[in-house]
Amino acid sequence: MIARMRRYAIENELLYLFLHNRIAQLAALIAIIMIGGAVLAGFVAPTDPNDLASYDLLDSLLPPSWSEGGDARFFIGTDDQGRDLLSAILYGTRLSLTVGLLSISFACILGVSVGLTAGYLGGRFDAFVMRIADVQLSLPAILTALLIDGIARGILPQQSHDDLMIVVLTVAIGLSLWVNFARTARASTFVEKNKEYVQATEIMGMHPVRIMLVQILPNILGPIMVILTVDLAVAILLEATLSFLGVGVPPNQPSLGTLIRIGTEYLFSGEWWIVAFPSLTLIVLIVSVNVLGDFLRDALNPKLR
Amino acid sequence: MTALLEVQDLTVSIPSRFGEFTAVDQLSLNVLAGEIHGVVGESGAGKSTVGSAIIGLLESPAHISAGSIRLQGDELTALGDEDYHRLRGNRISMIFQDPQTSLNPLLTIADQLVETIQQHRRIGDREARQLAMELLAETGIENAEQRLDDYPHQFSGGMRQRVVIALALCTNPELIIADEPTTALDVSVQKQILGLIRNLAEQRKVGFLLITHDIGVIAEITDRVTVLQHGKVVETGPTAAVLGTPQETYTRALMAAVPRLDTRLERFRNIVTEDKRIDGESRWAVDGASAAYASNWLLGGDKVARHHTAAVGRSTERPDNALLRVDNLDVSFGAHNRWFSKKSGFKALSDVSLHLHRGEVLGIVGESGSGKSTLAKVVVGLVSSSDGTMQFNGATLPDGRHRPRSHLARRQIQMVFQDPYSSLNNRRTVEAILTEPLLFYKLAAKGPDTRKLVASVLELVEMPQRAMLKYPHQFSGGQRQRIAVARALMARPDFLICDEPTSALDVSIQAQILNLLKDLQSNFGLTILFISHNLAVVRQMADRVVVLRRGEVVESARSEDFFNAPQADYSQQLLRETPSLDLLGSPG
Repeated sequence: MIARMRRYAIENELLYLFLHNRIAQLAALIAIIMIGGAVLAGFVAPTDPNDLASYDLLDSLLPPSWSEGGDARFFIGTDDQGRDLLSAILYGTRLSLTVGLLSISFACILGVSVGLTAGYLGGRFDAFVMRIADVQLSLPAILTALLIDGIARGILPQQSHDDLMIVVLTVAIGLSLWVNFARTARASTFVEKNKEYVQATEIMGMHPVRIMLVQILPNILGPIMVILTVDLAVAILLEATLSFLGVGVPPNQPSLGTLIRIGTEYLFSGEWWIVAFPSLTLIVLIVSVNVLGDFLRDALNPKLR
Repeated sequence: MTALLEVQDLTVSIPSRFGEFTAVDQLSLNVLAGEIHGVVGESGAGKSTVGSAIIGLLESPAHISAGSIRLQGDELTALGDEDYHRLRGNRISMIFQDPQTSLNPLLTIADQLVETIQQHRRIGDREARQLAMELLAETGIENAEQRLDDYPHQFSGGMRQRVVIALALCTNPELIIADEPTTALDVSVQKQILGLIRNLAEQRKVGFLLITHDIGVIAEITDRVTVLQHGKVVETGPTAAVLGTPQETYTRALMAAVPRLDTRLERFRNIVTEDKRIDGESRWAVDGASAAYASNWLLGGDKVARHHTAAVGRSTERPDNALLRVDNLDVSFGAHNRWFSKKSGFKALSDVSLHLHRGEVLGIVGESGSGKSTLAKVVVGLVSSSDGTMQFNGATLPDGRHRPRSHLARRQIQMVFQDPYSSLNNRRTVEAILTEPLLFYKLAAKGPDTRKLVASVLELVEMPQRAMLKYPHQFSGGQRQRIAVARALMARPDFLICDEPTSALDVSIQAQILNLLKDLQSNFGLTILFISHNLAVVRQMADRVVVLRRGEVVESARSEDFFNAPQADYSQQLLRETPSLDLLGSPG
């Protein structure tokens, strides 16, 4: 059994490279700890920041427990409403990750289907869709997201907007990121569709949709996976930015962006911890996801090695 | 006379995650000045590694772990990077396989030559230019003076290879390593380049180390030859002796596997002793699957009588009752007729007419760009024709755009592609690849039956049944090509198009695949359209031959007649330029 596992570790290229890359391992460890903490926020967090009864305004703006005036109950201090910052960060990471993952999945599905079709069919459809992508690419992603978020706010009544907040954010971020997937999928499809195995199925007379999904799609997943990891970091950042600007998550729900926004108001009055810890969390999360993305890119693209 | 280059017990090792791999094992060879020394072997034999080791360009982590390389008595293995850099070009030059990529496309020929000359010699611009011109003239480029300022893309493939040779010569090296210098070229150009190399060796007294997989090239110009297998020297000596009276079993078998232009063999001798068990695991089999079962399935069911093997006795020159008939076919690319512009485009095929009878093998021969592959693509419906008609099995065969997806010919006509590495989908198991045609053409219902058929057909193409559980990338080129043939058979075709099915394979593997195709053809009476640039291979397979040149049919004749007495000038030229294997003696 062990011998078999060892042999597999040598033969599987990705696993082999991973086992010989300390930085990627470290990044994976950090990412797993953070994601684990976020997923299990309900169990590991000392308090529930969404529960109004769990915090007291009297506890507000307490510094971290190790510094002067700190309280042992609040390990890294409290925010302006007296919420435990650690719990707020755990719950906030959960929300940020949820929105990030949902929106990146949305962008991936949309982008890959558009890119695959455009690449395979070529011609007018390709030209039309890719020009839209070019226009979109000339606008910063944050602007696109702001625009869509603004439209949603205008259309939906205030109450339902708060309920549908996650959906709106997902769509807004997803629509600003699909272009990367579309371009990558299209470029890879161009390469694959001229290979003889695709021609063989065309000779058979197989339906184009089936050729795209069964034959080509599995062969272009490599580069898509890379974009997926790299853009996951971007999506999390976008969510944080939108929340920071006050157009994302409602202020009473903790997300990394809203926490940082609250923190900046107190930065110059000496309460540094409110902005420092959420920012640090965001930075570490983004860096570790990016390192993993870079590792995947190098591992899946032999030319860069 | 002492040797120019002396290699002794050279061992090159490549550490890898699977352990240390010995690419070259205790190789010794000598090259004299003015001599062409051939290094021949199949892929993976370590030929190119020898060349890289001598010129000091082994790519890390490969390294020389033992042995010595001496150039006129100077030990090279002890040299540092800096010294080696000075030696490269100055005393040893290299000619690479692909003239498309070994010249910088953004610099003129003059720039590249002058730069190289001045790198090694302190002379003025004008002198260097003069020298460059002389070199071009020496390598046989006409109007050298004017062509100096041209860019590489303005030269044809053969001319470009001449420029590369001039580039290798411009520092007056003692030794030139040529790694497959003619593999990317057509036969007619190959002949000229080989002649040039011969002349240079004789006149300049340069030693050549010619690395190639092509025994024809070795027989044509080398003085001495070293045969490599798995990084070890099998046999070495004067070319005439080694090829004429080979001593070792491997060399003898290798010679026997080379297709001959002068005779047609019924079967090639199989020289590869393959382990049928792919990986030490016990024999795995599907219940009741066997090659006989596959044969029965392929022969039965179909009401059309398949025993037309006797295509030989019959007259097949006339197109009446032909299985496939192509009349006055025109294909052009890039042509369009829009509101503002009208472009006639590039004519890939013009006025091509040919026909094939049931059970016949028609060979299509031509150099690159002659439209051979386009012809195949038109017949299978990948490319649309602009004029002309096709008939299959007595009915009109609609061309690409107009052929419905459910057209019967889509099953009856199957194709085997050139490159076995791209013709199978790497993300699907062999079973999935082979089951696809069965289900798609509704030849069998999903279930144990399809499994049995897949296993049987694999057995028929001489692959272990276990292969169906694996992915294509786990197989070698030859095995992949068998799987590709099996896929074509799964459709129970009447008509098989083979587009250069063996040109990506080693000679020994080529022999196996040709044997397999011959067997299938004679057992099932398959009609085959066999496309190849290699005349000798076509000779082994075809009953009739059609010669294409720039999209036009030059000659169409019975195979025997064609190879004994070609009619058209172009055919005669083609036959003349194919490297002769006279040295090899009679086939055994």
